[in-house]
Amino acid sequence: MPAEMSGTPLPAVGGTRQPRRRSRRLADKSAGALFLVCSLLSAVVLLGILLFLLKNGIHTFREVSVFRFLFGTVWNPDAYGKPAYGLIPLLVGSFASTAIALIIAVPLGIASATLISERLKGSVRILAKTLIELFAGFPSVVLGFFGLVVLAPLIARLFHVTSGLNLLNASLLLALMSLPTIISVSDDALRVVPHSYREGAYALGATPWTTAFRIVLPAARSGILAAVMLGFGRAVGETMAVMMVAGNAAIIPHSLFDPIRTITSTIAIELGESVFGDSHYYSLFALGFVLFLIALGTNLVAESLIKREKRSFTL
Amino acid sequence: MKKLITIVTIATLALGSALTARELVVKGSDTILNLVQNLAEAFSAAQPDVTVSVTGGGSGVGINAIMSSETDIADASRSIKSKEITTARSNGVNPTEYVIAIDGVCIIVNASNSVEKLTLDQFSQLYQGKIANWSQVGGPNKKVSLYGRQPSSGTFVYVRDEAVKAEYSASMRQMNGNAQIVEAVKGDEGGIGYVGVGYAREQGIKVLKLSKDGNNYYSPLDKSAVDAGTYPLARPLFQYTNGKAKGDARAFIQFELSEAGQKIVSDQGFYPVTEGYQARNEANLH
Repeated sequence: MPAEMSGTPLPAVGGTRQPRRRSRRLADKSAGALFLVCSLLSAVVLLGILLFLLKNGIHTFREVSVFRFLFGTVWNPDAYGKPAYGLIPLLVGSFASTAIALIIAVPLGIASATLISERLKGSVRILAKTLIELFAGFPSVVLGFFGLVVLAPLIARLFHVTSGLNLLNASLLLALMSLPTIISVSDDALRVVPHSYREGAYALGATPWTTAFRIVLPAARSGILAAVMLGFGRAVGETMAVMMVAGNAAIIPHSLFDPIRTITSTIAIELGESVFGDSHYYSLFALGFVLFLIALGTNLVAESLIKREKRSFTL
Repeated sequence: MKKLITIVTIATLALGSALTARELVVKGSDTILNLVQNLAEAFSAAQPDVTVSVTGGGSGVGINAIMSSETDIADASRSIKSKEITTARSNGVNPTEYVIAIDGVCIIVNASNSVEKLTLDQFSQLYQGKIANWSQVGGPNKKVSLYGRQPSSGTFVYVRDEAVKAEYSASMRQMNGNAQIVEAVKGDEGGIGYVGVGYAREQGIKVLKLSKDGNNYYSPLDKSAVDAGTYPLARPLFQYTNGKAKGDARAFIQFELSEAGQKIVSDQGFYPVTEGYQARNEANLH
């Protein structure tokens, strides 16, 4: 398959395939080479980052046992007594906040995407989509400030808890931040479902909403799955907003109202003060490597799910 | 094309002015960030050709930066640790200390809390999580919620090493600045926090008196108690340079220690440097 085909799903080629073939082929070839160089470059950069993380992170284990790092339940590198480098509270913090955020954002996101793609028309649709995409670029520090000043006292009052700086607050902000990604990518996925599917459903007497939920949504499953995975990535990687509202106590939360500390915030909080060459310094790279593994894991899972979807769908 | 020329011209001019203006980098403690920013503004007003860039991050960040020569002056609300001096020396950096102000770390609670005073021991028990209800120290029947700083903060280290003398309770919420602690305690009836005295004169919070022995209680808002050191958490606030301060760094520190500089210190709610420290500063400047 020529390189240019893979980018756009339905190239509207309509006409002239005359001479100038030679110069075309040359352009084709050089474009191919350019793309190859670009993709190789990003692969090299990625590999470089990976090696850098590994090379620094591995030094952690000169002083800290791998077992202690992976299964330790106390993270306290800057201790009064003996430093502790336990990953568990941070991992739980990251996953708990992301999971709750997705529980909120996925249904909302898919519903909004369905509305935007299937029911809104013309300028209203464009306006809605633009607003949502604008929100995706909203600086996270502003959202964090909102969480700190508005959401925190509100949560404290509503639920009669002492402090609104907790897991719930962080999850709500993360849900807000992953929503635009989920909506926007789901909308794109819904839009590429062939129109004939909808017409078929209408012909059988289905209402527009039935069509949307029974026909179009299932047909766009793999794209929506990708949207959810991207939303997950957005949430698990977010640093600033979470750092401002999560309370940052490195404990394993027992309720929505306990503070949490995520992996990303830990790196952000502690990198500046950790001394180069110290176990503390290296352990932050080990944390970075864990984040990398999480990202890799999600991508692999998403990829395989999407592949499986595609296979069953084309049958 | 015209646009491009304009952009290039502006960029060149900006670059040119950046090259002629000398820059002094100051980095570290969040507790004295506001204070040093104010000092820097006043200094730049008198010395327009020197731009002072002041950033925070915590004392640990500042000391780390001076150790690796990434800053001209490090701000710190705790003194440099001997381990850090060793690392600095091995990098060819010789940290020299100046005391630019005096602070009494204030223990603050919500204004609605009936507790007025604590012993140092009670304070330590509170922050270890061993006292979990205010009724245990003569207050209302309310759960205690702890607010503290993040580990890169000098105040975090100072309060832990000087007052708690043990690990902080893991459930202490870690805030990224004094102002955030003040905001949190304001909104939390069971809250307790610690901040520099420059942040404590606020509505909605109450500064507690502290006692070492359980007989005499002192307030950090009382200048004489802080100066005399009878208030248990009185501490100097530091700046560090590599070797004796030279050039712009020296001029800036001299300004900070001058009468005009020390007036700004008082205006910001901190206490001026005492005579003993001034003499030491002089020795480190000359």
